[in-house]
Amino acid sequence: MQQLFTTLLTGLTLGMVYAAFALALVLIWRATRIVNFAQAPMAMLTTYVALVLIEAGYSYWLGFAAALLSGLVLGALVERFVIRYVDPRSEINPVILTLGLFIVLHALAALVFGARYRSFPAPFGLRGFQVGDTTIALTGFGIFTILSVLAVVVLLVLLFRYTDVGLKMRASAFNQEVARLLGVRVGRMLTLGWALAAVVGSLSGLLIAGGGLVHPSFMDGVVVYGFVAAVLGGLDSPVGAVAGGLILGLSLSLVSGYVGSQLVSLAALAILMAVLLVRPGGLFARVRERRV
Amino acid sequence: MLSVRDLTAGYGAVTALDGVSFDAAEGEITAVLGANGAGKSTLLRTISGLVRPSRGSVTLAGLDLGTVPVEGMAAVGLAHVPEGRGVITELTVEENLRLGALGRGGRVGAADLERAYSLFPILAQRYRASAHVLSGGERQMLVIARALLARPRVLLLDEPSLGLAPRIVVQIFELVQTLVRADGLTVVLVEQNARSALSIANRGVVLNLGRVVVSDEAAALAGNERLRHAYLGF
Amino acid sequence: MATETSTETSAGQERPAHRRRRGGRLGAFLFATPLRRHLVLAVLAMVAVSVALESTDAFRNGQLAAMAYFGIAAGGLTVLVGLNGQISLGHGAFMAIGAYTAALMLRGENPLPLAVVLVAAAAVALAAGALVGVAAARLHGPYLAGATLALAVAVPGIPLHFSGVLGGEQGLTVRVPAVPDWFADAVFFVTGQDPGRSRYLGYVGWFCLVVTFVLLANLARGRVGRTWRAVRDNEVAAELAGIDLGRARVLAFVVSATCAGLAGGLLALSARIAAPSGFTLSLSLLLLSAIVLGGLGSLPGALVGAALLTFLPQLATTLGQDLGLSDVRAAELAPLAYGLVTMLVVLFAPSGIAGWVRRRRTSPSSSPVPSGRHET
Ligand SMILES: Nc1ncnc2c1ncn2[C@@H]1O[C@H](COP(=O)(O)OP(=O)(O)O)[C@@H](O)[C@H]1O
Ligand SMILES: [Mg+2]
Repeated sequence: MQQLFTTLLTGLTLGMVYAAFALALVLIWRATRIVNFAQAPMAMLTTYVALVLIEAGYSYWLGFAAALLSGLVLGALVERFVIRYVDPRSEINPVILTLGLFIVLHALAALVFGARYRSFPAPFGLRGFQVGDTTIALTGFGIFTILSVLAVVVLLVLLFRYTDVGLKMRASAFNQEVARLLGVRVGRMLTLGWALAAVVGSLSGLLIAGGGLVHPSFMDGVVVYGFVAAVLGGLDSPVGAVAGGLILGLSLSLVSGYVGSQLVSLAALAILMAVLLVRPGGLFARVRERRV
Repeated sequence: MLSVRDLTAGYGAVTALDGVSFDAAEGEITAVLGANGAGKSTLLRTISGLVRPSRGSVTLAGLDLGTVPVEGMAAVGLAHVPEGRGVITELTVEENLRLGALGRGGRVGAADLERAYSLFPILAQRYRASAHVLSGGERQMLVIARALLARPRVLLLDEPSLGLAPRIVVQIFELVQTLVRADGLTVVLVEQNARSALSIANRGVVLNLGRVVVSDEAAALAGNERLRHAYLGF
Repeated sequence: MATETSTETSAGQERPAHRRRRGGRLGAFLFATPLRRHLVLAVLAMVAVSVALESTDAFRNGQLAAMAYFGIAAGGLTVLVGLNGQISLGHGAFMAIGAYTAALMLRGENPLPLAVVLVAAAAVALAAGALVGVAAARLHGPYLAGATLALAVAVPGIPLHFSGVLGGEQGLTVRVPAVPDWFADAVFFVTGQDPGRSRYLGYVGWFCLVVTFVLLANLARGRVGRTWRAVRDNEVAAELAGIDLGRARVLAFVVSATCAGLAGGLLALSARIAAPSGFTLSLSLLLLSAIVLGGLGSLPGALVGAALLTFLPQLATTLGQDLGLSDVRAAELAPLAYGLVTMLVVLFAPSGIAGWVRRRRTSPSSSPVPSGRHET
């Protein structure tokens, strides 16, 4: 019982991080119909920005803010100077492009920051709270993780629902041609969409890194989990991404706790294939079937 | 108001428009007629910059539209309602309308929405609904209302009657006529339904295989039996 | 090696071999059919490989062996991506399967002959490829990419979990079987030298590569290849023409995975170990970049890509050290170069890739201006 509770709490925290990463993928998919496989190394790079600042003696929060900001800039640059030029009609070219970027960013990080493991601090406690004489698996940093991802979700909802920019971004995502005819500068909206997505991705990088080790590959697994979470939710739906993240986090945590931690990625693969083959539109799809 | 000169455009090797010239006078309805594939949609798409012409020019009140990007058309007073309507079904009715006003750079005012709803009372009832649930006629009304919120000088309408019941078509054409009379709007109306279009148009341009066959007063076109049989199908 | 597959969209545009080759009646005979031409080229390639292996030291022999297994894996992948339009980011996983199979089979006191071991490595990968391929046949573009990516990340976890049998983090060490006497005698007879194990593995690797490429080239040339290209170019048209889409895709996937399995077996022999760290995501991604660099769908291109994967790291590292980088960092210059060039090829040489891979089915009926570009 105690173990199940612990496992579920860990899964919840982890699920929130996957949700954030899935959200980043979904934002880009909605805007440009591209799955940004380079999201993982982008987040890795911005986490290094934070690490360098923190190691240089600045506060955690300054590093945190700098990472998010550099995510914003990196996302915008990547869209404007790389993604903009890929042939959108090809299925394979955008995939190869983002993978090329994956390799480049990876190598760049190892070149600049070195390939060794470096520990990354956490702003809050990493020990479970004490209730009576049992320790529950919820840590201060875990609570911070959950709250910060929730805050991001709320902010995004507010942005998309209630602001003009959000409306223009949605219009650009759904129908570029009509949006352009109505005077929306679709190109800028796409740049902005990538930038925001990269900020959310950076957040997930910081959350994964907190209290752990950072090295150039530390986000590689997360891109898979984020993708699986996004597909669970339907790839088009931000709410679905969050739900998918939570479901995945809990499932993987159960696998890790009861079967074996090395099989987590195999379980993720199994879940992904099951969803794609049985409910290609995602768990929450209403009617429309989707070609996958 | 809108002046098209020697406009030539195509898709790769296909030439869809070949030296098209005509004028749409201010405060008038100019019908562009012709069979399926004649190049009518391409004409409108080239005017609004979605297709880049290989030759020729378009001017709006003296302004050369060749230098204006698609995104800038709304700001210079050109609205284009594309074929198949272009309702963004993932947004609500109200969001679609807000988008119309945003495009010209302004915020949508209460007065704007008020006017849209008074022209199209049906939209007022469903403004919170997803545009997905609207009927074909309602969608057509929504896109026209949305285009008007940008306060255009010239409105390009691509087959507004497509797939609508005759009763609705009459309603929509009457509305277009009202707008022209009330606001002095200039309309370029692309239609396959030539009979209805000519009944409200001042002038008509007949296209065939990307070329202008004839352009004349609407009444003269409607009265020319040979032309009607050959190109207009009524 | 010039066992080239068609680089044109349609098989009908291939140049007949005899028109390019003048010469006597022997030449006419040898180059009369694609198969004969491939076999002749295969023999010539084997001769060239022997010269290369005999004239270099054990270190270079090892590199050539590496180039052979990269070439086999890349050849299989380029057929899948270039000719069939599917994508796999998971070929490292199939290589791992082949490597572990070979490592396990070479464990006992009296291991089976090397040929049997390599065939088994390929066969196990074939089975795995069929399993994955059946699922993958229904997926497209980013979905297929994501699923195979998950595969690449998942498979190295298996030996960690079953560490008893598969050696865990340390992996399995591989005993390279002794050089067979007949082989040693034959080489000694020609060169007057005893071949070492590295040289032996070089021969084995290149022999496998040549056989694989001849088979792939013939597949690509024939009816199967035409089916693959038809499916790639236009699924709807292919289906109307009576092609079973699922079968064509599964077959392409299986062929491709089998090549990767064989490559993995050879890798285990060359590296003398099969360990999870040898089959990271990077391996799968580098393979993909290798075939993009070489030109998708082209077997000679795959070989060029394999050569780059093998030899560029050393060159780049030396260059980096000259520039004052530590070796660890200098080693990153090579992947940096692969990645950059891959991106550039995709962006600026779309005729090399897009023309083949583009699915007309998805091309929008709307504007000829690519909808990705906008004035800002
Ligand atoms: N996106 C496109 N790509 C290629 N050809 C097109 C495209 N759109 C239209 N065409 C061709 O251009 C010609 C004119 O089409 P269009 O302007 O749509 O005619 P209309 O609107 O009068 O029916 C037709 O021959 C059509 O096949
Ligand atoms: Mg049309």
